[in-house]
Amino acid sequence: MRNTFSETLYQEATANPDVYIVVADISPAGSMGKFSSEYPERFINVGVAEQTMIGIAAGLALKGCQPFAYTIATFSLYRPFEMIRDDLCYQNLPVTVVGMGAGVIYSTLGGTHHTQEDIAVASALPNMQVLAPCDPLECVEATRWCARQKNGPVYLRIGKAGEPVLTAQAEPWQFGKLRYLRRGSDICILTYGVITAMATEIADRLAAQGRSVSLVSAHTLKPLDRDGIAAALQQHRHVVVIEEHAPQGGLASQVKQIAWDVRATCRLDTFTLQDAFIHNYGSTNDLLAAHGLSPGRILATIG
Amino acid sequence: MTQASFDARAARTRCQRYRRRILDISQRVSALHIGGAFSCTEIVDGIYNELMRKPGLSSPDTFLMSKGHGCMIQYVVLEELGVLTRADLDAYCTPHGRLGVHPDYGNPGIEASTGSLGHGLSMVVGMALAERGKRRDGMIYTVLSDGETQEGSTWEAVLMASSLKLTNIVAFIDNNDFQSLGRTSETHPSLYPLAAKFDAFGWETAEIDGHDSAAIHRAVSARKGDRPLMVVARTTKGKGVSYMENAPIWHYRAPSKDEYAQAIRELETQA
Repeated sequence: MRNTFSETLYQEATANPDVYIVVADISPAGSMGKFSSEYPERFINVGVAEQTMIGIAAGLALKGCQPFAYTIATFSLYRPFEMIRDDLCYQNLPVTVVGMGAGVIYSTLGGTHHTQEDIAVASALPNMQVLAPCDPLECVEATRWCARQKNGPVYLRIGKAGEPVLTAQAEPWQFGKLRYLRRGSDICILTYGVITAMATEIADRLAAQGRSVSLVSAHTLKPLDRDGIAAALQQHRHVVVIEEHAPQGGLASQVKQIAWDVRATCRLDTFTLQDAFIHNYGSTNDLLAAHGLSPGRILATIG
Repeated sequence: MTQASFDARAARTRCQRYRRRILDISQRVSALHIGGAFSCTEIVDGIYNELMRKPGLSSPDTFLMSKGHGCMIQYVVLEELGVLTRADLDAYCTPHGRLGVHPDYGNPGIEASTGSLGHGLSMVVGMALAERGKRRDGMIYTVLSDGETQEGSTWEAVLMASSLKLTNIVAFIDNNDFQSLGRTSETHPSLYPLAAKFDAFGWETAEIDGHDSAAIHRAVSARKGDRPLMVVARTTKGKGVSYMENAPIWHYRAPSKDEYAQAIRELETQA
């Protein structure tokens, strides 16, 4: 997803001389090297200095540019949080803060490199929009949208490398709308981001059992498609939320709120990271499993 | 404007008028930072009236008030330039007004929202980059407080401005040596000598009397221009009113009726 983001941004920068990227000493993977060599004036590396990364992006936007601020998610969102709040959200500037390798993708680097609360933190800010594409193709759509929108700030949560394509046959991507990757009538799985690959495996296994399964990418976490979620709750017997995020302030808690608001009668199960730091090491799936997020555990609960 | 034609008397008259206007406002609304506005009065006057081209909404240059708590002086200058209206200032900090204690982006003449210290200089760097990228010759002016140089984010921006060779930045530090808990030189003696820090970070620097309008103009007009410029301006908090000068209580206090009368008398004497 990182390379897809880079290539898409390079293409957008080629088409629009106002597209800038401000990075904080991050590896020039994929087309980022091409961006920096072909458009050196629009590629700004601040080094290990995330506060000025956001402030510089704000200054560029105040003069009519379309900047992206880019580094590992925990450093792009948490370290310069007040700059994001005041410079970007309070002034409502069209700056995209890219959180790369979000969730527990950096599974061997420890808790300082995990982003378990980013959706809640970003969504709490007025004016902030939050996107989390589920695969490289959605990352293209989201990045392109970010490069062209003038609504205000965006937090774009992306993965890192090796994410499978999941949306080749899906309906078109639309900002602010749930996206059905497949449609069924029995169980509906709502998910977003990199963990959608696991949700796809779960959907496949349920389908193999003869269940009719909807699989939905809730790629726009803010503004959340409340009407779409209400419809999913009303049209399925069983709704399941799977997310790589803390239980509070993410998709799961919002779906529960909507379920209450619409007096939903379906069964609702949510699977999230726990409200606890992770001290385990291993693969991303090892860390997710440590908090109960594995196909086997989830399928056992779904029944 | 050349140095020979610099009209120091006109600058002095303007600054006296600005201080008086701020004192007048203080009799209606007590929420304002008089001390920090008076310490940078000559600096902000100089930026708008002597340094910026066509000051006002059509200027190719930009002024960003990084020490947002000093923005009352910016408001009264913008009022005189016709960017803000008298009604705007009369409605300062009231439910039917649009101006508050700190500058808000979106109000006429306000280029960025500040008030939280340590944000301004990074935005200035971004603005200067945009001017360069768009092949425009706009200069970006800013005023920081000395307390603001305790923010790590300020030094991140200082490092970037010189590393990016942004010659279109002119910054001032309103070095009034006071912050909420005392004299900056006593709480943070290692901050000094201040200009040497910026020099070490690759900025062109100048040290001046921040109440000498001619010196403010001279420091900028005489710069080499091959690096961003930092002018460390020695100032007096509450400058112009004897009982406010170097008295921390006037960081955020409005004068009583008697104090107001005395302040007006003192300003008139100075004229």
